[in-house]
Amino acid sequence: MLVIELWRGSVLARHKFGLAFFTTSVWDPNGDQFGAWPFIYGTLVTSVVSLVIAVPLGIGAAIFLAELAPQKISDSLQFFIDLLAAVPSVIYGLLGVFIIVPLMRQYIEPALKGTLGFTPLFTGPPFGIGFLTAGIVLAIMVIPYIISVSREVLLSVPRDQREAALALGSTRWESTWKVVVPFARTGIMGSIFLALARALGETMAVTMVIGNTPTVSASLLSPGYSIAAVIANEFSEATGELYVQALVELGLVLFILTFILNGLARLLIVVTTQRGSGTASA
Amino acid sequence: MSGRLRWRKFVSHFMLTMTGLCAFVAVSVLFFILGYLVFHGGTSVSWNFFTKLPTPVGEAGGGMANAIVGSAKLLLLASLFGVPLGFFGGIYLAEFSGSTTAFVVRYAADLLNGVPSIVIGIFAYALVVLPFKHYSTLAGAFALGLMMIPITLRSTEEFLHSVPRALREGAMALGASKWKTIASVVVPAAYRGIVTAILLALARVAGETAPLLFTAFGNRFWSPGWEQPTASLPVMIYTYAISPYEDWHRQAWAAGLVLLGLILVVNIVARGILARGVAVPRS
Amino acid sequence: MQASARPTVPANFTLPGSNHPSRDPATPLEMRMTISKVNFFYGTKQTLFDINMGIANSKVTALIGPSGCGKSTLLRTFNRMHETVRNARLEGEIQLDGKNILAQDVTSLRRRIGMVFQRPNPFPKSIFDNVAYGLKINGSKLPLAEAVEKSLRHAALWDEVKDHLHKSAYELSGGQQQRLCIARALAVEPEVLLLDEPCSALDPISTAKIEELLVQLKDLCTIAIVTHNMQQAARVSDFTAFLLIGQLIEFNPTPQLFTTPSDARTEAYITGRFG
Repeated sequence: MLVIELWRGSVLARHKFGLAFFTTSVWDPNGDQFGAWPFIYGTLVTSVVSLVIAVPLGIGAAIFLAELAPQKISDSLQFFIDLLAAVPSVIYGLLGVFIIVPLMRQYIEPALKGTLGFTPLFTGPPFGIGFLTAGIVLAIMVIPYIISVSREVLLSVPRDQREAALALGSTRWESTWKVVVPFARTGIMGSIFLALARALGETMAVTMVIGNTPTVSASLLSPGYSIAAVIANEFSEATGELYVQALVELGLVLFILTFILNGLARLLIVVTTQRGSGTASA
Repeated sequence: MSGRLRWRKFVSHFMLTMTGLCAFVAVSVLFFILGYLVFHGGTSVSWNFFTKLPTPVGEAGGGMANAIVGSAKLLLLASLFGVPLGFFGGIYLAEFSGSTTAFVVRYAADLLNGVPSIVIGIFAYALVVLPFKHYSTLAGAFALGLMMIPITLRSTEEFLHSVPRALREGAMALGASKWKTIASVVVPAAYRGIVTAILLALARVAGETAPLLFTAFGNRFWSPGWEQPTASLPVMIYTYAISPYEDWHRQAWAAGLVLLGLILVVNIVARGILARGVAVPRS
Repeated sequence: MQASARPTVPANFTLPGSNHPSRDPATPLEMRMTISKVNFFYGTKQTLFDINMGIANSKVTALIGPSGCGKSTLLRTFNRMHETVRNARLEGEIQLDGKNILAQDVTSLRRRIGMVFQRPNPFPKSIFDNVAYGLKINGSKLPLAEAVEKSLRHAALWDEVKDHLHKSAYELSGGQQQRLCIARALAVEPEVLLLDEPCSALDPISTAKIEELLVQLKDLCTIAIVTHNMQQAARVSDFTAFLLIGQLIEFNPTPQLFTTPSDARTEAYITGRFG
């Protein structure tokens, strides 16, 4: 229907602009001679950092909600988590700029430098903005997705898996961690992919705290740039065909990445919830 | 109790407490956000804020009236565009759900849902801004409307599906045609759910900034009609927040409070209605 | 007729007309587990009423009765699995070897009292890892591979899977999966094994294999089995308890219950007048 036409139309528009000039990213005027690399790097680094923080927290919370909390508490907490997911990106950015950045600059980054400064991850002056901060803000934004999906997936694991583990003399943690979670493994992976897809495309919050400098640096304390952020900042001021096309092409890259991730995520989630209801049979 | 068992039980209690901690941390973020917004922005939410236009830098007393109106206009137009498409698409999917076309449409909708908002912005730019050669409310509304489509579509489909078969069959047994059944029986039964879904979709796009950056762009004054660039709440928040001016920062907080407040209220109300049950009670 | 029957099995009771000629009829009988004055509630609804019975050592005890009579509920109290359900409440005393199980640590109790469920529920792991699971968390006296082989042999599954130990458990047939679950439960060397309608999801051939198994397992551990299939109970068990709407109607040696039931309701059930 109309949805299909719109979809096809968008791909055409981008092909017209972007793919024909694929090589422009090599000498992109706003980057180094590495062209699109600083942006890809920034996008990847911030996403990875956000996952490193969000995944343990998210899965932990999901386990709590699915296995431990009584129904009513679990549902009301989930309600709050859903609200968290509704908070717009720019508000996270607002908090990022005024609350998190100073916190990072004054307390956390110097502390990290002091203890872990010998690793290449934490060198350089503590500006407060940069990859780490962006990663933290992204983590906060992405946690609700991990929690919601993982919780649902965990709830769909058939009861008798957990009961079998308990009947063999497992502690509650053992039955959860060694049996229920592995059973839901693919669905949880799906939630992580979903979270990653969101993190990759996140624009506003990132651009407000990442520093908007196209640098590639191993240090997490360094300012950087992401694909979405550069598009947001420079698109309206882009002069010249090449500039614009380069930016559009970056957009295409982002689109493809999120498309693949979302598709995979959905697949994984559907597979797990179906497996749960189908159970093992001859 | 053997030492090993004691250790295992300790691990169990410890890890389970940790998960509780994780959940607590996650939920408390919401309250932190609200807290900060109220704290920093509460004082700046004044009558001026709602009624005045932005003043030049340095002058106190500016407001965001144009942004508020701008956002409202954008949302209105976006709904006019996105809701019917989503709604009828949803009806189509619910009633003809077996066919391959339905499968493709559903897949495309999910795809659209996952596209980063900035990419949608680019698309809207290409389609609306370029031909007209200037930024406009229309373009912004187009981008937002696009984002509303998948949400509306899937929700409509879901709620129509949840209407019990018996209802449909009752109408058809009385001689109603397929379309008449849908229009007069199925849709009214599911309408509460659909309306709340639309509200939720509105709440979602109300906060979107990225797609507006190069479609509706921004405007320090009123924006008459539909073809001028217009200010909007989220974009103002962004612009003010990254500026170096204290006064603007305060206003950004206030705007954030208003925006989030509205979004949360809509969400809570919508979810409350949903929780109470939609469609017709099953007998 | 009285609603519940105290186990009238004195310590030196012998089995008349035993189905198992290999058993020495003079061997005194002990109760491995005793159930006294047990009442069970889901919230405010009571589902078990004043149950008093025993599970005899190294024997198979069957719990029979129509759907909803509470036999599964009763079985699940034996290893405190009822505690996984929020509103469940148990009153009364259940003893294992003379000690109240409700006063003990539940995790170590469940190692001593194992359970096999109605539908086979192997973990999403390999055959080997399924059996080894209990050993890995509880510690094993034997090296893992040996212990796993031993359990699989006891469950009459070894020959069929010995070359495929690292395949996923889900590749087995239903009957094999259930025997795997039995092996898994046996691996931790429980003293009592509880089976909750273990064959209801299986075909007749697998059912026959498992019934054979149960008779052999008596030497390893005490067995309590819930079944809705009376013929199965008659074939396999030494003692049978008949429950009806949460009450224990009759508890007697199997041959006696099936040939000369002491309660009219028991007779009605076993002759198929209801259930």
